[in-house]
Amino acid sequence: MCGIVGLFLKEKSLEPKLGGLLADMLITMTDRGPDSAGIAIYCADNGVQSKLTVQSDRADRDFASLAADLSHEIGSEVKLQRNDTHAVLEVASDKTELARDALAKCRADVRIMSGGAAIEIYKEVGLPKDVAQRFQLSRMSGSHGVGHTRMATESAVTTDGAHPFSTGPDQCLVHNGSLSNHNSMRRKLRRKGIRIESANDTEVGAAYLTWKMQEGATLGQALQTSLEDLDGFFTFVVGTKDGFGVVRDPIACKPAVLAETDQFVAFGSEYRALVGLPGIETARVWEPEPATVYFWSH
Amino acid sequence: MLTYDLEAEGLRGLNSSLQRQTIDTNQNNWEVVNPKGSHAIAVGLDAEIEVTVRGSTGYYCGGMNQQATIHVEGSVGPGVAENMMSGVIIVDGDASQYAGATGHGGLLVVKGNASSRCGISMKGIDIVVHGNIGHMSAFMAQAGNLVVCGDAGDALGDSLYEAWLFVRGSVKSLGTDCIEKEMRQEHIALLQDLLARAESDAKPEDFKRYGSARQLYNFDVDSNTIY
Repeated sequence: MCGIVGLFLKEKSLEPKLGGLLADMLITMTDRGPDSAGIAIYCADNGVQSKLTVQSDRADRDFASLAADLSHEIGSEVKLQRNDTHAVLEVASDKTELARDALAKCRADVRIMSGGAAIEIYKEVGLPKDVAQRFQLSRMSGSHGVGHTRMATESAVTTDGAHPFSTGPDQCLVHNGSLSNHNSMRRKLRRKGIRIESANDTEVGAAYLTWKMQEGATLGQALQTSLEDLDGFFTFVVGTKDGFGVVRDPIACKPAVLAETDQFVAFGSEYRALVGLPGIETARVWEPEPATVYFWSH
Repeated sequence: MLTYDLEAEGLRGLNSSLQRQTIDTNQNNWEVVNPKGSHAIAVGLDAEIEVTVRGSTGYYCGGMNQQATIHVEGSVGPGVAENMMSGVIIVDGDASQYAGATGHGGLLVVKGNASSRCGISMKGIDIVVHGNIGHMSAFMAQAGNLVVCGDAGDALGDSLYEAWLFVRGSVKSLGTDCIEKEMRQEHIALLQDLLARAESDAKPEDFKRYGSARQLYNFDVDSNTIY
């Protein structure tokens, strides 16, 4: 199974409520997958050039002097904002790659969840309500976000196996289904220099889109070609810095519901996930067509 | 009318109350408020009662229904009226995947669109969809009638047995062993009745009929060499 939710706000006044709305949607989907949960939230703060979200199983030890150590390594200021097992590092945008390398050198156990100007990813093993609480998701604001609650099939129940996956700047993907050609595709993408960290099938889906976009495709085009190149069952919801997209495989077994009002576009694996949204009673609600790309951007 | 607040009182209470109704019940009219997309609303009923659901439902609404009339004033999730035996289910909005799957009898009316696999493996149910249906509908359908006032998606009636399919609009593609067939007077009469009961003003003469070419019923010895 797995449960997916997504919320793309058109109405700016809802932005402070984004985390709370997404968290409620995600918790409603708990019985579609109780193994692990995560969200990607997009919050473009003009003061921040670039941020890396990092995770550690031993956050107390790893995060204690991390900002200072990284600043020293890359010769540029790094700010750290800790949130439980995760932390957001603010880095000058031309130093992001240096910071990634320095992190691998001085904190090998720290995982990079995402990088970009707007994206932050928080994910852990556990029930959505526990994950939402430990990261205080309801306090987060942003312009759009996606969430996932996992019932594991293709890789172990670990933080690395939880969704969302991010394989490119400000990109993320969540997935309900399973890909059957992920091993061969992973090898192909790694040869092309795409960074893939886990043995998870969904990360390969995310990496595929990253590769296509590096080659010059728009997200819409990348989603379109994924229908040819990825084999298996999937409903994907993807996020970019200013956009939000949905695509389902041609067989379309994995459920999906979209809702749109003047204020937002929302996605849920089931309609249940959407019932708490403001104005849902009058929203246009529909099931996305198979093999059809849907995309919204700010 | 008895009102049941699903949010306040829970699903098990609802279904056990509805399932307790017998042929001599005087509690004939029920309304369910705050369905909020919940699963398995009004399943396994077996009495001539009327249940109105004030909103949209999740998976398997009205499954295994016998005798009851269930009216959903919203849309339904996957598997509405799955394995229905008799009675009527009316959906004002859209239906998700496999509406009416394996249904043996009764009438399912979807006033919006139904998505993929509508009427898959149907065994005698009548389904009338006012809008369109998705791909792989009526796959291996054995008996009953599927009436579509709009268009049908890919692979309609793949591996069809003896169900009758009627489509007013376009058919994106026919599945294996499904062919267009002649509309005879008996089909017009049948459609007239079904459309009237489904509150559709579509004209029976505007429909085309599809059925089984019956080429998959027996092993073709000429195919021996291809295995």
